[in-house]
Amino acid sequence: MLSEFQFKTKRAPLEGEVRIPSGCAISAVIDRSGKKMNGECMIRSISTMHDRSNGLGGGFAGYGIYSEYKDFYAFHLFFDNFEARKDAEEFLNSHFEIVYSSEMKTWKHSAITDQPIIWRYFVTPLQKRLQNSLLDEEAYVVSCVNRINAEYKGAYVFSCGKNMGIFKAVGYPEDVGRFYRLDEYEGYAWTCHGRYPTNTPGWWGGAHPFGLLDYSIVHNGEISSYDANRRYIEMFGYKCSLQTDTEVITYIIDYLLRQKKLTLEEVAQVISASFWSTIAEKSPEQQAQETFLRRAFPGLLICGPFSIIFGFNGGLMALNDRLKLRSMVCAEKGDLAYIASEECAIRVIQPELDKIFSPAGGQPVIYRLNGGVKI
Amino acid sequence: MDTYIYPEYEVVRDTDKCIACRVCERQCSNGVHRYDADLGKMIADSDRCVNCHRCVCLCPTHALKIKKSEDTYRINANWDGQTMNEIYRQANSGGVLLSSMGNPKPYPIYWDKMFINASQVTNPSIDPLREPMETVVYLGKHTVDIERDANGKIKNNLPPQLRLSMPIMFSAMSYGSISYNAHASLARAAEELGIYYNTGEGGLHRDFYRYGKNTIVQVASGRFGVHKDYLDTAAAIEIKMGQGAKPGIGGHLPGKKISVEVSATRMIPQGVDAISPAPHHDIYSIEDLRQLIYTLKEATAYQKPVIVKIAAVHNVAAIASGVARSGADIIAIDGFRGGTGAAPTRIRDNVGIPIELALAQVDERLRQESIRDNVSVVVAGSVRSSADVVKAICLGADAVYIGTAALLALGCHLCRSCHTGKCNWGIATQDKELVKRLNPDIGAKRLVNLMHAWNHEIQEMMGGMGINSIESMRGNRLMLRGIGLTEKELEVLGIHHAGEAM
Repeated sequence: MLSEFQFKTKRAPLEGEVRIPSGCAISAVIDRSGKKMNGECMIRSISTMHDRSNGLGGGFAGYGIYSEYKDFYAFHLFFDNFEARKDAEEFLNSHFEIVYSSEMKTWKHSAITDQPIIWRYFVTPLQKRLQNSLLDEEAYVVSCVNRINAEYKGAYVFSCGKNMGIFKAVGYPEDVGRFYRLDEYEGYAWTCHGRYPTNTPGWWGGAHPFGLLDYSIVHNGEISSYDANRRYIEMFGYKCSLQTDTEVITYIIDYLLRQKKLTLEEVAQVISASFWSTIAEKSPEQQAQETFLRRAFPGLLICGPFSIIFGFNGGLMALNDRLKLRSMVCAEKGDLAYIASEECAIRVIQPELDKIFSPAGGQPVIYRLNGGVKI
Repeated sequence: MDTYIYPEYEVVRDTDKCIACRVCERQCSNGVHRYDADLGKMIADSDRCVNCHRCVCLCPTHALKIKKSEDTYRINANWDGQTMNEIYRQANSGGVLLSSMGNPKPYPIYWDKMFINASQVTNPSIDPLREPMETVVYLGKHTVDIERDANGKIKNNLPPQLRLSMPIMFSAMSYGSISYNAHASLARAAEELGIYYNTGEGGLHRDFYRYGKNTIVQVASGRFGVHKDYLDTAAAIEIKMGQGAKPGIGGHLPGKKISVEVSATRMIPQGVDAISPAPHHDIYSIEDLRQLIYTLKEATAYQKPVIVKIAAVHNVAAIASGVARSGADIIAIDGFRGGTGAAPTRIRDNVGIPIELALAQVDERLRQESIRDNVSVVVAGSVRSSADVVKAICLGADAVYIGTAALLALGCHLCRSCHTGKCNWGIATQDKELVKRLNPDIGAKRLVNLMHAWNHEIQEMMGGMGINSIESMRGNRLMLRGIGLTEKELEVLGIHHAGEAM
């Protein structure tokens, strides 16, 4: 009888099996002159917002951190066991040339437990495979990553961009940052995320940022348009297996930027579109553009609260939902620009600011490297 | 031998209240009421009563009511009274049974087996009284390649779309099946609301050309009233392939409803039954449909969206997918509970499937094939309230058509006798005296009221879900949960059961 009872008492669902709403803290910094800083500043920033996380997920993305391997895709993988690593490496070897690989360097940290095996690979597609696939290089990489994540049990690629890397775990973000020794990485831009899920997923892959090639997203919110967005974007080859907002938002931005070739501003006008009444007050040219975008991509409007920081090679974009239902502030000091859920997270690392403001709902704030800066 | 059939409903008069003012007598086109001078009181012949409630509503002393008759045959679960009566009727007349309005049988109503979600704690509901709440919908093909001019500005290369202030339109009801004043009411209301009404297959009366920008004109298998001006004046053209109330057959308009004006508008003889062919005789397959779609587009210089209306039948998803690939801008799907001015009873009550299931399958199939946004999907076939509208949109509809609900707003009491042409409410009749009873000013006002009320309710429900734009609700099936449905029904609808998590 007892065993039957145990059978009926199901475990809590894992990441991807259900949709888990999360509250969050986000923060980011970029030095537009391209000067690099180590990850310690982000750890200090996000730890100020400790109470916006609940210890169930934290993570960072650093840009410009792998300059010695900047022409290679940097894959970060979690493995449940050595078997999974062996299988996934077989796949990697048959699809990519691996120029360097090693176990991720980490510190033991009392607050970070259940650590999977974490490896890093710098890879480039095997030319013959790539040509036979009839895909462009980026699409080839994405399809390989999707195959590992879908078909290789116990292996998960959580970062796959060039000259950037995502570091994440279950825990408070400041502990996660120390665990990954982020003070040893130098990048021109950093984003970070502290998660407050309303459930208890214990899976590292479910922490954020969520990445696709060099795109990374940190997000605070719970979008109410989720299933409309998911069902739309899944028409175009994406599979929302994690069922998180961050995942679907990343795919939407990737689709609009990479496939539809929209600009970042135009992407913002799709996903966080102005109200029709606001559009009606704009210049005829602006009206035409925004009306077109809303009419062409109605399924990609995102409703409900969100604040996101979208990272890409060369810059950051901050964007709020159209009603601004989540706090987010931006600030500047010389070439440095900051974005965070709360002002305190900026002031703690930069008390003196030239400018600080709250972007309006739907108003994208884009910080790019200054013209001519090479990383 | 004509078997006497006891009337299904009886007229009950409270003689204490009746003042013999004879309003009921004057109002009843069926001749139920008359004043008996010898008895000095009003008497009623229940045999003639269709239970349209005209007399009940207009009796100044509320002396009248209509009751379900208590007369009954021996109770038999297999041979119920109505089934027996229909046999007596057919044995007497040798004819096909005719009915009007939607299928009244107790089949499952899936709208009533779905619950809507609301926000709590983790995200906020939005207050429609204090924040913008957008219900504007554009119908038509949405997908285009992004093209830019020399300055990098995006070119507007979208095909023509219909702009609706709210996701509701008045569905096809022909002039002929309904009256001039009913059409006038629908046209005026559509104009005031910023939505569209649909001519049905009966052509467009000259007087209503001025409402063209809010008019969808229909091209059906009978091609009644179709000519160049008719197409040119419309905002969109609908090809009627099928109707939910009578899939597989064409429209029926009894000869007694074909008046001089109706005859002129339809371009057919007066007083003769107008039975549309079952199929379009130039469309025997999907590739033929494509030709008609492009014929109509050519004829109107690609300035108007083309809608293809199909009945919800078993293979509706594959049919819709074919239609979506044939140049249609909008697919309208009409469910088996959809209304009609006249249909063979057996067809109305037995052919087709519920719109909820058809919609869920069509939306899913179009997504599986990555062509969902090549077309808009409009559903009809018994949308009874704003909650039904919200559920339809969450299942995947872009907008809905309402027919019966609009007629109710005009006074219809669902007596289901449209085919007799003696509608006491001035709606489904061409009798001049009866038509006068429907004042188009009041009719239009009541339609506008109804739509405003529904739109407010839609906004309230959207806000509760934390959604402030209708496009974020479209196909958002996580916002729905089923109740009392089988595993298979949930699978077909593509929703979870109530109590299941996201």
